[in-house]
Amino acid sequence: MTGTAALAAAARKVWWYVREVVGDTAYERYVEHLRRHDPDAEVPDRREFERMRTDAGDDPRTGFRCC
Amino acid sequence: MTVQAPPAGPPRRGVEPRTVAVWTAVALVGALGWTMLALSRGEEVSAAWMVAAALGSYAIGYRFYSKFIAHRVLGADKTRATPAERLDNGIDFQPTDRRVLLGHHFAAISGAGPLVGPVLAAQMGFLPGTIWIVAGVIFAGAVQDMVVLFFSTRRNGRSLGQMAREEIGPVGGAAALVAVFAIMIILLAVLALVIVNALAESPWGTFSIGMTVPIALFMGVYLRMIRPGRVAEVSLIGIGLLLLALVAGRWVAESSLADTFTLSKETLVVFMVIYAFVASVLPVWMLLAPRDYLSTFMKLGTIALLFIGVVVAAPTLKMESVTDFAGEGTGPVFAGSLFPFVFITIACGALSGFHSLISSGTTPKMVQKETQVRMIGYGSMLMESSVAIIAMIAACVLDPGLYFAMNSAPTVIGDTAQSASQAIQGFGYEITPAALQAAADSVEESTLLSRTGGAPTFALGVSDIFSNVTGDSLKAFWYHFAIMFEALFILTALDAGTRVGRFMLQDTLGNIYQPLKRVSWWPGLIGTSAVVVGLWGYFLWVGVNDPLGGINQLFPLFGITNQLLGAVALTVCTTLLIKSGRLKWAWVTGIPLIWVAVVTLTASWQKVFSDDPRVGFFAQGDVAQEGIDSGELSGQELEDAETIVTNTTVDGVLSAVFALLVVVVIVDAARVCVKSLRNPESVVSHEEPYHESSYVAPAQLVPTAEEKAELAAAGLGSGGGFLPGTGPGGGPGAGGAKDGEGS
Repeated sequence: MTGTAALAAAARKVWWYVREVVGDTAYERYVEHLRRHDPDAEVPDRREFERMRTDAGDDPRTGFRCC
Repeated sequence: MTVQAPPAGPPRRGVEPRTVAVWTAVALVGALGWTMLALSRGEEVSAAWMVAAALGSYAIGYRFYSKFIAHRVLGADKTRATPAERLDNGIDFQPTDRRVLLGHHFAAISGAGPLVGPVLAAQMGFLPGTIWIVAGVIFAGAVQDMVVLFFSTRRNGRSLGQMAREEIGPVGGAAALVAVFAIMIILLAVLALVIVNALAESPWGTFSIGMTVPIALFMGVYLRMIRPGRVAEVSLIGIGLLLLALVAGRWVAESSLADTFTLSKETLVVFMVIYAFVASVLPVWMLLAPRDYLSTFMKLGTIALLFIGVVVAAPTLKMESVTDFAGEGTGPVFAGSLFPFVFITIACGALSGFHSLISSGTTPKMVQKETQVRMIGYGSMLMESSVAIIAMIAACVLDPGLYFAMNSAPTVIGDTAQSASQAIQGFGYEITPAALQAAADSVEESTLLSRTGGAPTFALGVSDIFSNVTGDSLKAFWYHFAIMFEALFILTALDAGTRVGRFMLQDTLGNIYQPLKRVSWWPGLIGTSAVVVGLWGYFLWVGVNDPLGGINQLFPLFGITNQLLGAVALTVCTTLLIKSGRLKWAWVTGIPLIWVAVVTLTASWQKVFSDDPRVGFFAQGDVAQEGIDSGELSGQELEDAETIVTNTTVDGVLSAVFALLVVVVIVDAARVCVKSLRNPESVVSHEEPYHESSYVAPAQLVPTAEEKAELAAAGLGSGGGFLPGTGPGGGPGAGGAKDGEGS
């Protein structure tokens, strides 16, 4: 049983890493950022946030790729 | 290779005997690896020794040299708040877990470059290239990446161009800008040429790469309309579809559709130019962003697989350690002798100027702690270098005869297996026509002759290594998998590069005609995209039709421009070290600068002035011109000679211009340095003033005991975070960021 538990824990870590690296968690972090500053801040929904981010060209994932 | 003072030794006091024992063992493994490689003359040596030599050297370089630079030279200060902490806006400026940022940064710096250069340099044997990859990265490439990252972090993430302008002046800044633009054009053309050479006459490859476009479009729509922001899940779907396309490629190649996907090089050029133009004009979310996720996944996954493959299969290197071409400079893959051309051919993986653009763009805005520049800047570059080592291994596990048959232009080996076999015998290697055909059949390609550009050679080596583990039945699949892997990065680089080039052009020309600056002004958008595509498209077209073989003409030009950008970056670093009163440490970037300047300028000199028509562009043009003047040429021969005259003139002039640009930057920087040394009071620092940090995060991958205690005291996990009661808008040390900045 502990073997399966360890495997599940490892899988969770990998999934966490993948989501972080590709930017899946950007929205969560942005909301957290706004909330930390002001608990009543108006928060854009995910669709708005993602649009704003890609359209502003701030998405760090789409910078130049090198050799 | 590079002459360096020995790195500062570890502090003697308080070092545990166990640590000493471990590092002694690491050093011994590395030394044993090098010994086995160097003494291998005449017999085949296991690739595992190359891995041991490289990894042992990287570990020592990282542990001692990078630590020395971070602490003694740069004075990375963990109490100083980084821009990510001070300007945190939850979007582009935000403290990012160091392990995640390492992934981002690595994905951004690594691409097809380290897969191509080492494959071409293998013509001189595996040793010269390997020594340069390892020594180059430890003393030059990783140093450049880390130092640029550090200085840019101290300057709120300023770009290399901005730093050059601020620190050196308008002339140096302008030269740097032109250099960046020029190298990008040449880079894109060379990368596109690699892909054209890999996909021409290959229905399997063309189909599966072609399918990446609809897959990316689907992912883009999914992320925009259906499930916004769920990148991980859509990427997994995308990878699934990609593998399906790969498998389907074989069915297509065996079906009646094969002819539709069997394209000539010229047709592929037209498709690629149109594709890049459209991709550059379309919104990022449609094509570019999703394609980038796909290539990031594929990149990290395949590199991991390659490492496992090399370690498990432990193939033997069939190439000699040093071939006769190293001294004679008469190799068919690229002309010129070991010095300076190995150092030009292998740019990425040893020293890549391009990385300075990434180290000074996005990454510095996300670093949690200054002390992390070591892990992220230096560490990522070591990882990139290990990819170059893998590429070297992939090229050298092939039979040398096959290697030369794949990498020589048709003018050298002819276009039949018989003529190739004979020509290769002339080089001193053996391969029968039947063996050449068998190799092509094993990966289900019609021919492997003159498949220049590195990608097919790399893919064949990879398929060799992988099928050692999985059995020969999957050989063709692995070959096309590797082609797809490389093509995916390259197409991503084409999209992104065309776009970046377009922005640069819009920004620069906008100073002359205002509306051009507006990113949403359609005529400007289309016009500038067309110019960028037209420029690299020209070189690509020329490369495809070059009678002398495009890669061996264009690749040196690419290497020269990339190293030139490295010289610019190292000049900026050295100037900054001197201006910030670290003259005694200026050698840290100064010696690599001198090295790369000597290499680049020697190569440019030879490319311009050499009398040897194999090396010098103008000498080559003269030979062709004499042919035309003699009046004996006609038909195709006359056309070829005319093409050669035009191409060599363009290439020669460009080499000269690039060399002049470096000289301008270096001379201008020297002037600034002398001025600042004579008159230290005149120096204006562009560094952001010190703010005390209220962020806690470990410097390395594994936190030290002390860092663990610090994290525990603040109630934080291993990723780090703001001290309780602080943070953006929450208390002291939060800097001036307001949430309005991001939205």
